[in-house]
Amino acid sequence: MALVQVENVSKIYQTGEIEVAALSNINLSIDKASFVTFVGPSGSGKTTMLNLIGCLDKPTRGKVIVNGKQVNAFNRKQRAGFRGFVLGFIFQSFNLFPVLTAYENIEFPLVMIKNESASKRKDMIMSLLDSVGMQDQKDKFPDQLSGGQKQRVAVARALVTRPKLVMADEPTANLDKKSAVNVIRLMREMRDKYDTTFIFSTHDPGVMEEAEVVHTLVDGKLV
Amino acid sequence: MIRIFKIALRNLMRYKRRTLLTSLLITLGILLVILFSGLAGSFKTMMIGQITDSNLAQMQIHKKGYVSSIDTMPLNITLDSKAYKKIEKILKENPDVKAYSPRIKLSAMLSNFTETTNIRLNAIDPEKEIYVCPNVGERMKFEDNKTPDVLLKPGEIIIPEKLAMGMKIKIGDPVVLVANNKDGSVNGLNFKMVGIIESILGPQGKEGYMHIKDAQSLLRMEKPEVIEVALRIRDFERLDKVYEDLKLSLSEFINKKGKAVFEIHTWETLSPFSNIANMIDFMTITMKMIMIAIVLISILNVMMMSVYERVREIGTMSAIGTSPGKIMGLFLAEGLSLGLISTLAGNFIGILGIYFLNIYKIRFAFGKMDNLLLSPTIEISEIIWVSAIVLLISVFASFQPAYKASKMEPVDALGHI
Repeated sequence: MALVQVENVSKIYQTGEIEVAALSNINLSIDKASFVTFVGPSGSGKTTMLNLIGCLDKPTRGKVIVNGKQVNAFNRKQRAGFRGFVLGFIFQSFNLFPVLTAYENIEFPLVMIKNESASKRKDMIMSLLDSVGMQDQKDKFPDQLSGGQKQRVAVARALVTRPKLVMADEPTANLDKKSAVNVIRLMREMRDKYDTTFIFSTHDPGVMEEAEVVHTLVDGKLV
Repeated sequence: MIRIFKIALRNLMRYKRRTLLTSLLITLGILLVILFSGLAGSFKTMMIGQITDSNLAQMQIHKKGYVSSIDTMPLNITLDSKAYKKIEKILKENPDVKAYSPRIKLSAMLSNFTETTNIRLNAIDPEKEIYVCPNVGERMKFEDNKTPDVLLKPGEIIIPEKLAMGMKIKIGDPVVLVANNKDGSVNGLNFKMVGIIESILGPQGKEGYMHIKDAQSLLRMEKPEVIEVALRIRDFERLDKVYEDLKLSLSEFINKKGKAVFEIHTWETLSPFSNIANMIDFMTITMKMIMIAIVLISILNVMMMSVYERVREIGTMSAIGTSPGKIMGLFLAEGLSLGLISTLAGNFIGILGIYFLNIYKIRFAFGKMDNLLLSPTIEISEIIWVSAIVLLISVFASFQPAYKASKMEPVDALGHI
C-alpha cells in the first residue's frame, strides 16, 4: 500500500474575484521509503503539493491520504498532531530556532511533541548528530553554522521524531552546489538508515538527478 | 515546563535592549508602588498613632446623640454612674479591650486675673488615661521639662501652648476657671497651671487638661457623671471587629422609646484625619493602578512585537507539530518571565530603598507637630500582593499576542516575509 495517495486534488486560491488554480486534478501515489522529488518552474505548484501532503494546507477538491489517514478531513488540532508524529519538515531557509543550539533545535520536537525522557532524548539526538556528522557542532547556535551545517541540523530535527515521511521544500535552494548535493545525499542516507520516505521539491537539475522518482509539475498539472 | 521557560528567557534575551527597557519600566513601577506604600503607609500609621495614642483614643462611647452635637460640648448628654457601670461591665468582659478611661469635655472661661478667654477642656482620670492614650504626656511640657509620674492632680490644669502664650500664663501661675453647668448656674474654681500642651490635628487637639474630679466639682455634679468613655484595644488590627462586638453589646441597652442609649465610635468618625487616611489609601490604589497600566501596556507591546517579528518561527513550530496550546504556552511563559524578572528586581530595589529610608529617616512636620520621623515599612503581604498583581497582569497582557500566535496557520506563517 502506498504511503501517500493523492486523488483528484485541486487547489484554488481566491484573490479578490480572481481564482488561481495552483493544482488541477492531481492523482499520484508515493510508496514507503521512496525518495521522491517534485520539479518544475516557479509557480508550477510544487510548494502547494508539498503543503497538501504535509497537512499544512487543505485541498479545494479531492483527497489526500497519508499513512492510511485522509488528512484533508482533519481539523487544525488533528493536523498538528499528525504532523508531529508522522511527518518531518525541512525548509528552504533552514528555519532553525536562533535561540537554541544545534542540539536544542533537534531536541525541540521531542520536548514539545513527544515528551520523551531526558536520557532517551539524549540518545536519539546524539545518534542523529552522529548520522548527520554534526556531533562536534552540537553546542553552536545557528548563526555560528554554515548553510550546509544548518541544513544538516534541520535534517536531524526532521528525523528525530522518527517520522514516516519527511517533506523538504527546496531544501538546497540556499546552498552552494556542493553543499546542496551533500544535503540531498545525506537525506538519501537517512532514508536508507531509517526507512523514511523523503519528498522534496527542487528546480536544480543537479539535485533532481539524486532523486529516485521525479514528478514534474507545470502550471499545476502533473506532466 | 522548565524547558519552556528556558526558551522563553532566551527569546527575551534576543532583544536585549527592548527587554531591558521594558523590564526597567516595570521595575520602576513596582519600586514606586513599594516606596509609596511604605512611606504613605507609615505616615498614615504614625498619624493615626499620634491621634489615637495622644488625644482621641481608639474608640469612644457616649450617650446617644452626643457626637452629633459635639461642637457645642453639651453637658446634658452625659453618662450617669449607673450608665457608666453598665459600660464598664461590657468593657471588662470584652477580652479585646485593653484599657478605658472616663472623660468630661467642657468649655469654660479661663482667667489670669487680668484677661479672660474661652478654653475647651478635657477632664481626665490621669491614672486611667495614660493606658488609653499612652503618648498623651509626650505633647505636654512641665516644669523643668520633667514629666511627673501622674500627669495631673486635683487643682492642677494644663493649658494649650498658644493660649498660655497669648495670656502670658507661665507654669506655676494661678488661674481661674468659670463654667456654666447643665442647669445654667455658674461656678468658678482656682487652679494652678502645671503644664502646657502642644496642639494636635483637629479641634479635639486644642484642648486643655484638668482632673475629672475638678470638672465634676466645677460643673456641680451632685452625682459623678462622665461625657465619654475612651478606650484602647489590645490589637489595633482588630479595631473593626471589636467595634462591631461592642456596638452589639451596647445596643442591648435601650430607653423607654426603644431607642439605643449609648453610641460608640471609632477614631475614624471622630477625627478629620480619617479623610486624609482614606485619601492616602486612595492614592496608594491609584499608584497600583498606574503600575498595572505600565505592566499591561509594556508587556502587551513587547509581546505583540515579539509575535510579529517571529511569524516564520511560529510557522515552523506549528509545521513540525507543536500544538497551538504549547505555542501559546511559550509566549505566555515569555510574558510571565518578563514580569517575574521585573517583579524580583522591583521588589529587591524597593526593599533596599525602604531599608535605606529607615537608615536615613525622613524628617517632616505636620500641622503643629514637627520633627516627626518617618520610618517606612512594607508588609510582606503587600509585597506578595503587588507581585501577584504584576505576574497576573503579565500573563493577561501576553494572552492576546500568545493567542494570535497559536491561531496562526502554518502555511501562512511560513510564507510570511
